[in-house]
Amino acid sequence: MNMGRVHWLYLAPALLMLGLFLIYPTAETVRLSFYGPRSDVFVGFQNYVQAFTSQPMLIAFRNNLLWLVVFTLFTVGMGLLLAVLLDRVRYETVIKSVIFLPMAISYVAAGVIWRFVYTFRPAVAPQIGLLNAIVVALGGNPIGWLIERPWVNNLALIAVGVWVWTGFCMVILSAAYKGIPKEMLEAARIDGANEWQVFLHVTIPFLKSTLAVVTTTMIVFVLKVFDIVYVMTNGAYDTDVIANRMYNEMFYFYNYGLASAIAVILFLAIIPFLVINVRRFRAQEAVR
Amino acid sequence: MVKRLAVGLLLVGLVAGLAQGAVTIMVLWSGAELEAFQKVTAAFQAKTGITVRVESVGRELPGILATRLAAGNPPDLAAMPNPGQMAEFVARGALIPVGGIVDLTQFPKAFVDLATVDGKVYGIFISADLKSLVWYNPDALYAEGLAPAHTWNELLYITETLAARGKTPWAVGLESGAASGWPGTDWIEDIMLRTAGPELYDKWVNHEIPWTHPAVKRAFELFGAIVRNEAYVYGGTTGALSINFGDSPAVLWDKPAGAYLHRQATFIKSFIAGAHPELDLDRDVAFFVFPPIDPKWGTPLLGAGDLISAFRDTLEVRSFLQYLASPEAQGIWCGALGKLATNVNVDPGIYPDKLTAEAAEILKGAEIFRFDASDLMPAAVGSGAFWKGVLDYVSGVPLDRVLADIEAAARAAYGP
Repeated sequence: MNMGRVHWLYLAPALLMLGLFLIYPTAETVRLSFYGPRSDVFVGFQNYVQAFTSQPMLIAFRNNLLWLVVFTLFTVGMGLLLAVLLDRVRYETVIKSVIFLPMAISYVAAGVIWRFVYTFRPAVAPQIGLLNAIVVALGGNPIGWLIERPWVNNLALIAVGVWVWTGFCMVILSAAYKGIPKEMLEAARIDGANEWQVFLHVTIPFLKSTLAVVTTTMIVFVLKVFDIVYVMTNGAYDTDVIANRMYNEMFYFYNYGLASAIAVILFLAIIPFLVINVRRFRAQEAVR
Repeated sequence: MVKRLAVGLLLVGLVAGLAQGAVTIMVLWSGAELEAFQKVTAAFQAKTGITVRVESVGRELPGILATRLAAGNPPDLAAMPNPGQMAEFVARGALIPVGGIVDLTQFPKAFVDLATVDGKVYGIFISADLKSLVWYNPDALYAEGLAPAHTWNELLYITETLAARGKTPWAVGLESGAASGWPGTDWIEDIMLRTAGPELYDKWVNHEIPWTHPAVKRAFELFGAIVRNEAYVYGGTTGALSINFGDSPAVLWDKPAGAYLHRQATFIKSFIAGAHPELDLDRDVAFFVFPPIDPKWGTPLLGAGDLISAFRDTLEVRSFLQYLASPEAQGIWCGALGKLATNVNVDPGIYPDKLTAEAAEILKGAEIFRFDASDLMPAAVGSGAFWKGVLDYVSGVPLDRVLADIEAAARAAYGP
């Protein structure tokens, strides 16, 4: 059926909104990334060169990679473990609610809470941070959790992210796990498979597409991670991440060019994962 | 019809008139500072009938202001975090010159110069802080048989003597949220003024000497000789890096004293009083001026101030700026907070205690006064790489690497 050009009319409102709120800002950011700090001089690829060569940016890239691996591994891994194990526990809903609870807390608040947990006080003074109070009670010396580089402080920050997001992964994976037909698990057990084999050869293949969605969601989040780092260290002691770098360059250092270049790099880094997510989604829809 | 039009116009005029009798000002103050500022605006309102809307946005002010400016919707006036950021807004063409509005002869030349960009003045300092002070608890220090230091060697003697007795000489707090590190920059600036002199200091501010220059290196080293020594600082280096600048001096008045000396600006008095409300400020709290190091340069003073700039030139803005500059407004503001007035006509009787009056006296008698260097540098250096450099250095990164990192940031920020 030929609708003529009428379909454009129906599409217009959506296209207008899309253009105004997505396409225009993206294009403008790309344009600004080729200009100087005040967006008045064309500088070519200079901002990109700086973004890929300056020491603070290299540290930020390294840390984002660390976040990517450790954070994703722990949120998805622990989420999966909890989903499978809690299925056999009587008080499943209660425990799941408690683990999911941090999701309701904003990252800024989570950062503030965990700053208290990590607080350092000298050995001669009473400890006011939970973690160091435990360390001291066990006879140790207080540790500068957010200061000791390069592992302690970065892992301490990642732990906050894991605390917030594990519940999310658990809930999604748990829902998928409950969708596995019980007969299949039983059949496998009757055939002589032990629990580990059931997990590896029945559960995992069944959860594959959900795992992929959860993992890519975590990766997209982790590439954009900002609030936790900004609130807790603002990138000091080599804990900086790309998004915090971008925020500082934009709003504190007024380097619009470099900040835009970093934004574009971040955007490009996230696109592949978005594509994977969309493809998965389409494949799922097709099956239905 | 004509009648209706006239009524309509009248209404429009009335609404516009009401709207005009107001100014908005964005400030970074909260708590006691905000309360004091609201006293100033209330007095102004009572006097002129002009409403002042104060938007307190906290330390996020630079970001929020930049966004509002980009959206074409800046406040009428704003407190500038420092002259360096004021210069950024001037470069964007956002601020109006105040030279023709406020009588600048009421201020010491040093403060007018600090708000000058390319020969035009773009802001007024409504108050100042004196930074070159070492605070102590007289009872605790004298009980150790020690007295305030007048030279660098005496300061080192106190430090070493206390450490040899198993006591901790210094309380240092470098933590300040996203701005962590700034208290250390003040130390280095004070030392730099005393070892390299004001001319080299100015060159350093303008990046006419590199960060790897021996004079800068020496200032860091003298700072590090005290703060990087685990035995000299309360809680060691991790303590210095973890403890908030506002909380850090409290241990001087603990019993027994956790530390004996604390280098910080005049404003720290209110933090001390907050942590130890039982203290009689005139009796229990004292300071001496950060002592000279190289006799050639004497005792220069380091300071900072609260700077107000305007984005719009309206009658109300003019009138508010004039009021903020006046001895009356500064009396309210400085009297409530113990800040030092910049208007030379302010009566010394306004200060709430002897300590503040003493600091005001010291500031007036300054032979050499310099503004906080980190506040004058481009934000990427002065509020970025320099802060981070201090934290890196104190946490153990080799000095040459620290200075090379700051220099790299400076090269990018100052441009060719």
